[in-house]
Amino acid sequence: MAWNRKLLRVDLSKGTCKAEPLNMEWAQEYLGQRGLATKYFVEEVDPKVDPLAPENKLIMTTGPLTGTVASTGGRYSVVTKGALTGAIACSNSGGYFGAELKFSGWDMIIFEGKSPKPVYLSIEDDKVELRDASHLWGKTVFQTEEIIKSSHQDPQIRVSSIGRSGENGVLFACVVNDLHRAAGRSGVGTVMGSKNLKAVAVRGKSGSGGALKDAKGFMAATKAAKKVLADNAVTGQGLPKYGTQVLMNVINEMGALPTRNHRDVQFEDARKISGEAMHEKRPTDGKTHLVTNAACFGCTIACGRISRIDETHFSVVNKPQYWGASGGLEYEAAWALGAANGVGDLEALQYVNVLCNEDGFDPITFGATIAAAMELYDLGILTKEQIGLEAPFGSAQALVELAQMTAQGIGFGKELGMGSARLCAKYGRPELSMGVKKQEFPAYDSRGIQGMGLGYATSNRGACHLRAYTVASEVLGIPVKTDPLVTEGKADLVKAFQDATSVFDSAGVCAFTTFAWSLADLQPQLDTACEGDWTMEKLALLGERIWNMERLFNNAAGFTAKDDDLPPRLKTEAAKTGPAKGLVNGIDKMRPEYYKARGWTPEGVPTKETLDRLGL
Amino acid sequence: MKVIFKLYATLQDYLPAEAKRTNAQTLHLEEGTTVQQIIERFALPQKLCHLVLIDGHFVPPGERGTRVLEDGAILAIWPPVAGG
Repeated sequence: MAWNRKLLRVDLSKGTCKAEPLNMEWAQEYLGQRGLATKYFVEEVDPKVDPLAPENKLIMTTGPLTGTVASTGGRYSVVTKGALTGAIACSNSGGYFGAELKFSGWDMIIFEGKSPKPVYLSIEDDKVELRDASHLWGKTVFQTEEIIKSSHQDPQIRVSSIGRSGENGVLFACVVNDLHRAAGRSGVGTVMGSKNLKAVAVRGKSGSGGALKDAKGFMAATKAAKKVLADNAVTGQGLPKYGTQVLMNVINEMGALPTRNHRDVQFEDARKISGEAMHEKRPTDGKTHLVTNAACFGCTIACGRISRIDETHFSVVNKPQYWGASGGLEYEAAWALGAANGVGDLEALQYVNVLCNEDGFDPITFGATIAAAMELYDLGILTKEQIGLEAPFGSAQALVELAQMTAQGIGFGKELGMGSARLCAKYGRPELSMGVKKQEFPAYDSRGIQGMGLGYATSNRGACHLRAYTVASEVLGIPVKTDPLVTEGKADLVKAFQDATSVFDSAGVCAFTTFAWSLADLQPQLDTACEGDWTMEKLALLGERIWNMERLFNNAAGFTAKDDDLPPRLKTEAAKTGPAKGLVNGIDKMRPEYYKARGWTPEGVPTKETLDRLGL
Repeated sequence: MKVIFKLYATLQDYLPAEAKRTNAQTLHLEEGTTVQQIIERFALPQKLCHLVLIDGHFVPPGERGTRVLEDGAILAIWPPVAGG
């Protein structure tokens, strides 16, 4: 299958579900998933809409390779206007839900309006209905999945849901599927909660309604592409063995590991929370933290981590429900919960990571918000009485208790649930929020990896590493090694990564394939799966078109060039140690170069020539 | 002179057992020792020496044979890895 050629439109206000043919003209211009769903979104939604108003829409969407035999072909995305950012949001997730949605015969689901009471959407092929979710409201992600599977008497149902944080208005709530895979960033779960939509439960028995353009050619193309992944040392060996967490020591050694709210760029306890540490036997129980690796649907890389918390650790000592194996730790979560706030306790990080999955909130934004709160506490702006406990940098106890409070929406957890930008603004120090467009930075300090600063500043969904992962080039030498400490050439590098990633995100495959695949490896898979002529030139143009379409939405929503900027700390406070010692980020030099490379005005607006060239 | 030598990920198997918990050991070296000489001394497979850093700075493959280690340097090596 490529496209099923069918979408489901769910009006939550009226309680109706209607099938519509997929706009195949748009599919030729925007492919699927991120590109095609965003096209629907920008055509149907006022850019100035309040993200939490019924007029905002939320789209769950697959790509043409989702549910196929293409490696990593299990991805789906959630597209909406982000609750955290007010910008276009597109959060991508793996697991098995996306493929199951495809198997049920749908390409995407457009949710609009707001249900008068909690509901969940049940899909069994063409049998689609909104069901009462009163009994699920107030339940965690884990409980919700268990109850739905039990009530439907079908353990093979795949569930995507929000936890309590999405109900409580935590602005960085996720949509979690298959227990520990998440459409994690920008508050897409908050939007889902605002619509009184608790979950989507899907079972696909029909397989597919869509046909591959060239089935034999597709089999050959996917087989060749899998061999590329298997033969590549990163995707064939490095990621399965150590997962993304192998980066903890790399980035620390390079002096680009943001520590204690970006006050420092190296963390003295980085090794204690690293991928290597997860492989070591604990002195307490003789077991390793890591239980096994894991793969999402159709994935031949299997980078996922499944871990087990030390039963004697203070966070779980009287909580046997957390003693079993569960998802994590991945690098981003380990950094945000650990180095970002100076906590070097691996068990505490895993426990909080499980809480993030269990109640559906983004560990990157949460961890970075804790870091901001700890700095406010360190400065005496927040007190023990206000927070409810002592919260110095490095306190695992504070991290654990504040995570529990945020998950449950109680005490100071309500304030943390706003995210760092609103928290720091409330207490008079907005400059201490480490992010862009109200979304917090991920795990790379842009003083030590200059291109990432430009990527963060210009990301259409707020600070994000997945929109332009120049770490691949600046640190790892993929596809070519560039110097992380200089700004020269980074405008073109960021643009190239942004455009190529837009294509991968629209195809239904995982971004991690790009450690081995280029567009030239993806192109034959798309060209044999999808009707039409999918040349390299068409794909390159498509990526750029998607990026500019998102930009136009943000500009219309009120964002300007002033929002393509970094916090003053990264522009004025030099790195204290490591290779970047003495350096700040050169965003003010890179930004105009980037606008020029994009074909935008000095104000960051796409020119008429650019729009004409892209067919926008 | 003293150099701190670090091996990570699958390369840590080439460290002595007592050094694996820290991924590091201190080497006492002759003046003029190059990066390539250390790689050969520890019998590290060349193709696994992907990311070679001295004090956090990347050393390209073509410079390993001539790049001399200095007293107090930190030499760290990784096989091909990536994350996100």
